[in-house]
Amino acid sequence: MSVRVGEAASAPDFAVAAKSLLHNDQLRRNVRRATEVIRKKRANVVGEMPDWESLRQSAEAIKDHTLRHLAYYLEQFERNCARAGGKVHWARDADEANAIAIDIISSHRQKEVIKVKTMTTDEIGMNRALDAAGIRPYETDLADLIVQLGKDKPSHIVVPALHRNKMEIRELFMRTMGLGELGTRPEDIAEAARLYLREKFLRVPVAISGANFAVAETGSVVVVESEGNGRMCVSLPRVLISVMGIEKIIPRFEDLGVFLQLLPRSATGERMNPYNSIWTGVTPGDGPQEFHVILLDNGRTKVLADSVSRETLDCIRCGACLNACPVYRQTGGHAYGSIYAGPIGAILTPQLQSMEHSQTLPYASSLCGACYEVCPVKINIPEILIHLRNRIVENGDDPKIERLGMKMAAWAMGDATNLATARSLGRIAQMPFASNGAIHNLPGMMSGWTATRDMPSIPKESFRQWWGRRKREQSA
Amino acid sequence: MSFAAHFALHWRLRISLFITCYNDTLFPQTGQAVVTVLERLGHTVDFRETQTCCGQMHYNSGYHAQAFPLMEKFLDDFRESSVICVPSSSCVSMIREHYPVMAEKSGNQELIRDVNELLPRVFEFSELLVDKLGVEDTGSYFPHRVAYHPSCHSLRSLHVGDKPERLLKSVRGLTYVPIEDADQCCGFGGTFSVKNADVSSAMVQEKARCVIGADADYCAAIDNSCLMQIGGALSRMNTRTRTVHLAEILAATEGDAAHLANGSVHG
Repeated sequence: MSVRVGEAASAPDFAVAAKSLLHNDQLRRNVRRATEVIRKKRANVVGEMPDWESLRQSAEAIKDHTLRHLAYYLEQFERNCARAGGKVHWARDADEANAIAIDIISSHRQKEVIKVKTMTTDEIGMNRALDAAGIRPYETDLADLIVQLGKDKPSHIVVPALHRNKMEIRELFMRTMGLGELGTRPEDIAEAARLYLREKFLRVPVAISGANFAVAETGSVVVVESEGNGRMCVSLPRVLISVMGIEKIIPRFEDLGVFLQLLPRSATGERMNPYNSIWTGVTPGDGPQEFHVILLDNGRTKVLADSVSRETLDCIRCGACLNACPVYRQTGGHAYGSIYAGPIGAILTPQLQSMEHSQTLPYASSLCGACYEVCPVKINIPEILIHLRNRIVENGDDPKIERLGMKMAAWAMGDATNLATARSLGRIAQMPFASNGAIHNLPGMMSGWTATRDMPSIPKESFRQWWGRRKREQSA
Repeated sequence: MSFAAHFALHWRLRISLFITCYNDTLFPQTGQAVVTVLERLGHTVDFRETQTCCGQMHYNSGYHAQAFPLMEKFLDDFRESSVICVPSSSCVSMIREHYPVMAEKSGNQELIRDVNELLPRVFEFSELLVDKLGVEDTGSYFPHRVAYHPSCHSLRSLHVGDKPERLLKSVRGLTYVPIEDADQCCGFGGTFSVKNADVSSAMVQEKARCVIGADADYCAAIDNSCLMQIGGALSRMNTRTRTVHLAEILAATEGDAAHLANGSVHG
């Protein structure tokens, strides 16, 4: 089994990717404006809920319970889905999941497929696999379409094209859809997408969707969205394939009462999603006549085995933590080198795929706690970030210079005399750099700090020296 | 006023100062100010000279094996203290949130008990004044325009709410000026400011713009770590706004209005 998260294996380190993105002023303006709008909308609709805190607690409890009995609920889901005419497939990793999907599409001799709202297929690089198998995927979620047409990468969990503004999208549509001059109003641009997509909806008989939830007791699958393109995808084609991570299971239908309140308010600042599609197996004469669910592991059972970071799997992909994150707001999603960006990406990607650049993601946070505060299922993201940093240190994957620094600091803090000695040495070391109580320019790994900030120099007298002097003076 | 606060107002307390390692080293004036304020309120301050560091930097950077003995040391150093004052919300957060986790993980029952007994004795400076001592007016005088940056740990871990602002607003002569997007992180984040220096810089530029927009003489906080970051940026931008720990403002009185002018301000 090999776990792969999109292109994450070949992505650069976070700090490197962030540095180049920080120079892209247009992108940063787009990201800031978009996250600010969603953040304010979210704050308003969350603020009007008197039971928000208890909803969060319920959601956390439901998720915790489900993850503790995941095998039971997955099998219950499989039975109930099959009873209703669906077929459940189990995929250990990206390759297995892609092969299953390609097999199904090929068995219907199809060369095209429409897709909607499925980050999980981005995680497993399904579009690339489909292309390689001679199958052409069409993204039908508006933002996913923008990303696909622009050969771009998604930068946000809920609004993947958030880094693009209206005029950029207008130009992209004009260029890629072979259109003439397009109006500049949002309605004009949406109309172009509508015409482009309608033709696909009516022609292509196989669809691939994601799933927000899957209900064990009924075998139902749930997709929530704002545009209605998802509803088209899950109702018009003859064959529907839903790809979902195994953590998307909830035990009871009534649990949706909790999650369908939390998700839209957290994700888009809406009280309710405009489209809530819930279907169970197949219904003769109505909607898809063949329905497949691909249940994907791709590293999730490994996450489940860690008692501290397990709650990462509680995530319902609302994206509130991205909008709240001051780091994400500076860089946008691309710096995270994974389809899972922002704070949740910083804990999810390195757990699913413990290699290369993902080892720098747990450090892409100032631990300000804004993510934890807005998380509708109360994932303690700062705690998990620290846990993952600890794992990196325990594995000996921390940079040597950092390890040495920490060792020296541990010596200094180990004893008050050591601390005083370290302070005296610091006073000597700072001499070439300090003037008027400040340091303006430091070499090596500290140069990044002093590139934009002054640093106070170590003053002559420490607090404990002052305390000692005062005590002597008082007793004299 | 609670009974405890009433009691505290009329009885002298013996308060142990945990200065924190970086205040001891870089910002001694903050510790001096805490001593000044608490003594002025009639309490006795002691300083356990064996103290060093709470272990936050090691813990947050993933070096839990090195943070652990620092927790044990803290427990030893302050075993005899009934009230511990810490002029840093992030260090208090380290103690309150992570000591129990570390103790639990060790499985050592004695340690778990020690931590449980420690926690109710630890107060962040503004918590100590408002909650434990029941004081909002500290008899201070500071005739300047002051903005306040609520640090992330004080807001989202300690939930100190508006206690620091209440203390500030009770200072005579002080004009409190709000800053935009106050609850946004300054971008310090300990080793984050070094490992991700560019993002950290971008974050503090935004914070600095908000502070400058308030046209304040001083930007105050209850964490010198944030103030080092904000003050470092303000200083590089050659602005007139200085940074100052809340304790230093509260230490100033009409008698020594010159207290801050004499180089005790950083940034």
